[in-house]
Amino acid sequence: MEIPYNEELRPDTGLYNAKLGIWLFLASEVMLFGGLFSAYIMLRLSDPNWASYGQDALNVPLATLNTTVLITSSITMVMSWVSLKLNDVKKYKLYMGLTLLCSFGFLIIKYIEYSSKFSHGLFPSTNNFLAVYFVLTGLHMLHVIGGIVVNGYFFGPGLKMWNTEPERFTNRIEVAGLYWHFVDLVWIFLFPALYLL
Amino acid sequence: MTEFLQSYMPILASEMGHLGDNLSGLVHWLMLVLFIGWGTFFIYTLIRFRSSNNPKANYHGITSHYSSYVEVGVVVFEALLLISFAIPGYATVKYDKALEETQIEVRVIAQQFAWNIHYPGADGKFGTTKISLVDEETNPIGLDRNGYGADDITTINQLHLPVDKLIKLYISSKDVIHGFALPEMRLKQDAIPGMQVPIYFTPTITSKDFLVKLEGTAREGMGYEIACAQLCGNSHYRMKGYMTIHTEKEYKDWLVEEAEYLDAEGEDDWDDEW
Amino acid sequence: MTDTHHKESFWRKYIFSIDHKVIGIQYGIMSLLFLLLGFGLMLVMRWQLAYPDQPLPLLGWRLSPDMYNSFGAMHGTIMIFLGVVPVITGAFGNYLVPLQVGACDMAFPKLNMASFWCYFVGGIVMLSGFLLPGGAASSGWTSYPPLSVVATTGQTVWLIGMVFLITSSLLGSSNIIVTIVQLRAPGLTWMRLPFFIWAQFVTAFLLLLAFPPLEAAAIFQLMDRLAGTSFFMPSGLIVGGAATDWAGGGSPLLWQHLFWFLAHPEVYVLILPALGTVGEIIANNTRRPLWGYKSLVYSVIFLGFMSFIVWAHHMFLTGMGQTMSMFFSVTTMIISVPSVVILSCLFISLWGGSIRFNTPMLFALSFLPMFGLGGLTGLPLGLPLSDIALHDTYYVISHFHYVVAPGTIFAIFAGIYYWFPKVTGKKLNEVLGKTHFLFSFIFMNGIFFPMLIQGLAGVSRRLADGGQSYAHAQHVIHYNEFMSMSAWLLGLAQLPFILNIILTLIKKKDKVADPNPWNSTTLEWACPSPPIGHGNFEKEPVVYRGPYEYSVPGHKTDFSPQSEKLGEK
Ligand code: HEA
Ligand code: HEA
Ligand code: CUA
Ligand SMILES: [Cu+2]
Repeated sequence: MEIPYNEELRPDTGLYNAKLGIWLFLASEVMLFGGLFSAYIMLRLSDPNWASYGQDALNVPLATLNTTVLITSSITMVMSWVSLKLNDVKKYKLYMGLTLLCSFGFLIIKYIEYSSKFSHGLFPSTNNFLAVYFVLTGLHMLHVIGGIVVNGYFFGPGLKMWNTEPERFTNRIEVAGLYWHFVDLVWIFLFPALYLL
Repeated sequence: MTEFLQSYMPILASEMGHLGDNLSGLVHWLMLVLFIGWGTFFIYTLIRFRSSNNPKANYHGITSHYSSYVEVGVVVFEALLLISFAIPGYATVKYDKALEETQIEVRVIAQQFAWNIHYPGADGKFGTTKISLVDEETNPIGLDRNGYGADDITTINQLHLPVDKLIKLYISSKDVIHGFALPEMRLKQDAIPGMQVPIYFTPTITSKDFLVKLEGTAREGMGYEIACAQLCGNSHYRMKGYMTIHTEKEYKDWLVEEAEYLDAEGEDDWDDEW
Repeated sequence: MTDTHHKESFWRKYIFSIDHKVIGIQYGIMSLLFLLLGFGLMLVMRWQLAYPDQPLPLLGWRLSPDMYNSFGAMHGTIMIFLGVVPVITGAFGNYLVPLQVGACDMAFPKLNMASFWCYFVGGIVMLSGFLLPGGAASSGWTSYPPLSVVATTGQTVWLIGMVFLITSSLLGSSNIIVTIVQLRAPGLTWMRLPFFIWAQFVTAFLLLLAFPPLEAAAIFQLMDRLAGTSFFMPSGLIVGGAATDWAGGGSPLLWQHLFWFLAHPEVYVLILPALGTVGEIIANNTRRPLWGYKSLVYSVIFLGFMSFIVWAHHMFLTGMGQTMSMFFSVTTMIISVPSVVILSCLFISLWGGSIRFNTPMLFALSFLPMFGLGGLTGLPLGLPLSDIALHDTYYVISHFHYVVAPGTIFAIFAGIYYWFPKVTGKKLNEVLGKTHFLFSFIFMNGIFFPMLIQGLAGVSRRLADGGQSYAHAQHVIHYNEFMSMSAWLLGLAQLPFILNIILTLIKKKDKVADPNPWNSTTLEWACPSPPIGHGNFEKEPVVYRGPYEYSVPGHKTDFSPQSEKLGEK
């Protein structure tokens, strides 16, 4: 027997397996970042010295740039899925390539930010604001890297599947896209929470 | 039930301790009734409906609703316990008393593996403590002997208190989390570094009377102790302090004695350093 | 998935298998070994408790206090995270969920395999702590900072192991949910699901949603230990007489909140599948439907929800505000109600039955009063006023061991005896089984009942000498010897069990093994025992009725399997 509902929708739930799977995974991710954010709030509220921890040392323009880069990548990610829906693999490759490019761009900008902190002697151990900053953005960065691995696979070797099971491949891109939007969304929360507020 | 439980608990020696004991007694009644009730039902059904006695099972089983009544009963009883005993009782125990009401204030600073006790001394005010002044040999809590701290009394593992006075203890810690526990006073509070938590109690039995009560029991000759309830490292099991409850007069005498001792010591230290 | 006729290599078939049945068995073997190890540690600790400071017999060395702490922390961790949860969700869940919903495998077989291997690696990493200088983690299974942050390297390994175990649980639980939602056989509507499936379903949600905050906490603690951050380190710490390097400003209570946010739902992870297992076995051996199936289902779902908002009842004595304490006390009282409902339904299910006392049933039946006693002793702990005297004493130890040891462990035993014929095609021996039951039951109580009294006397937990130096422990300290004796005898009582498994495994199989030896109705018995190859069912099962149609009036046999068409037979 084959495992059913890998590509077709189950009539009574209206889902295919991987889609439910990714939603569950994202739910647990919400709890993970929920835990991280509540820790941030609790630490910040209970520490009278918080104001002196140099939140203004963060580079807002650079982070704004990074936000745009990430949002762009989310848009191109949708476009790549739409292209598959329209049966246009060339366009898919183009948009997926752009998504990957943006993701690398994000990492490079992040690297510049991190290294300028380190060169000024600002480390996670310096104070709790920096600790929160590094851990939260660091974990987010790991998620970005995870996304790059997945998207890179679908850009390269994983594309084989398009020739045999186009339907299923399209679903995979949709699922990868949901993950990518989540990573984007997390950044959209992180950016004001860490840089602006 | 309360008396039954208390027969296994340490002798109650504080004024508000009975609140918790009574609540415990009531809850244990609920537990007993449920356990005996369902237990009887359980044994009875097992015997009556064993397959050799009842070869053909009944598809429908019980149709009455008496289990719903039991469940409602549990809810009502729990609600009652919460509203009339647990919440007001806890509020009484934890209520932050005004300074005039509390008659004695003492700080307890836990460390691996000892209880530092800090009395405000004759001026009734605690001196400040600073990390930079900490010296494990001579000044484990880093007390600043200038200002209010000049007459403060500190001891290690020796808590002395008068009987029948409302006492406020500030519980804190220097290093890891400890658990300050006085089983006879039904008092327990985690000692958490970075926090200073007030707790209250009124001892009702002096150490002397307490020791008399213990005669002939397994505990004979062993007075009040401070126990550590929270895992705090390798020697957690022997982090033990002693508590002495005096009559008011004895307590005053003890304070005077300590103050004199402090004066003598203080002079001494001063000379040595200069 | 894979073609059954295709010849699979040994590695693919037994080691890196993606068949849920093989993975379930892998989980089962690993976790039973871990249970044995966790028990073994406790057998050594119980010597130290009964005869403090005397060298161990045979081994000759003395269990030092730091080793006692390390064994204690590892006993708790191993029992919960490497023993019971993997048996009950990894082994039972993996093996039975697809069968009971009539699926050919889990929804994501490869993730399933990854889940097992994450568990394996996590377990090995955690055990490697014993080889490190300073020994394995020794700050309790709760790992409260600052103690855990200043502890030896074993703690780092504990945290890394934990991250692997969390990953494993996330993969496993999302798999179980998708399998239940997506792969139910035609006709298997929600209200026709066996109670066991409901229990697994809610459990999977608890694992999925409660574990991530602990992952966050573990990462914070790793950072505190390795990168010198101060998430959990307050300002002005002086450890061992010297000011510390941490910048300070952190909060030790933050860890406790994140930890208990996981660990309270976690205890329902330990109990819900156990309740599900017991429900199956009771329905089968009373030969009548479970009473109040709907109440059972709704209670389990409600329990699942509530378990997320009671966590701070473990923290009443941290100096939380009164309002907070009261809130958590009220939610704790509320959560006890669905447990009362579940237990009542199971008791009432017995009424009118035709009760067969075979080994699985004996374990399942004794589960009820044992879990009852454990649950009831939770009530005085749930009220902050009475918790003051009982917190961190042996009363708490007794409370939760009654729910997990003669509770969950008995349910696991019941499940093993019940489903063994499913997995191997051979029934376990009844005489050995009943011996195992009788002595386990007696000695479990011999260990844990005296603890209630010690707890009332105020004896603290985690004392390397069992509290013998404390004045208030004097009149109850001599129980320790009796309790330790019971523990060692409980160890002996496991020999018939292990023997039983070995003897049955090497026994020749009957030529025509009965695929349904218990005359059960649920779907897992609708395929051969053991199920053939990768794919389980010969043809896709179709479900026509609810899960526990036993002794239906007018039906020829006393059971009507879910997949049997009306009017067939
Ligand atoms: C499977 C595990 C499990 C389960 C199910 C429970 C269930 C409950 N627990 Fe327990 N608990 C733990 C595991 C569990 N617990 C552990 C591991 C700890 C300690 C952790 C540590 O500190 O290391 C702990 C600690 C703990 C504390 C903290 C104590 C302290 O540290 O001071 C509290 C406080 O509220 C508590 C309360 C409860 C309550 C109210 C329930 C309720 O859900 C119980 C509801 C059940 C009932 C009310 C029973 C119903 C009975 C009947 C209907 C009648 C029965 C009749 C017969 C038997 C004949 N538990
Ligand atoms: C699921 C959880 C679980 C289980 C099942 C147990 C089971 C047991 N526990 Fe444990 N225990 C904890 C979780 C658990 N414990 C936790 C969390 C703590 C707190 C730790 C801390 O302080 O941080 C604790 C602490 C604890 C203490 C207190 C230590 C202290 O505070 O100093 C004691 C003392 O006696 C104890 C004893 C026992 C005993 C005798 C059993 C027995 O019931 C064991 C029974 C086990 C078996 C019967 C094994 C069955 C398995 C087999 C037979 C395998 C067969 C194998 C094959 C076929 C391959 N435990
Ligand atoms: Cu201090 Cu335990
Ligand atoms: Cu709990």
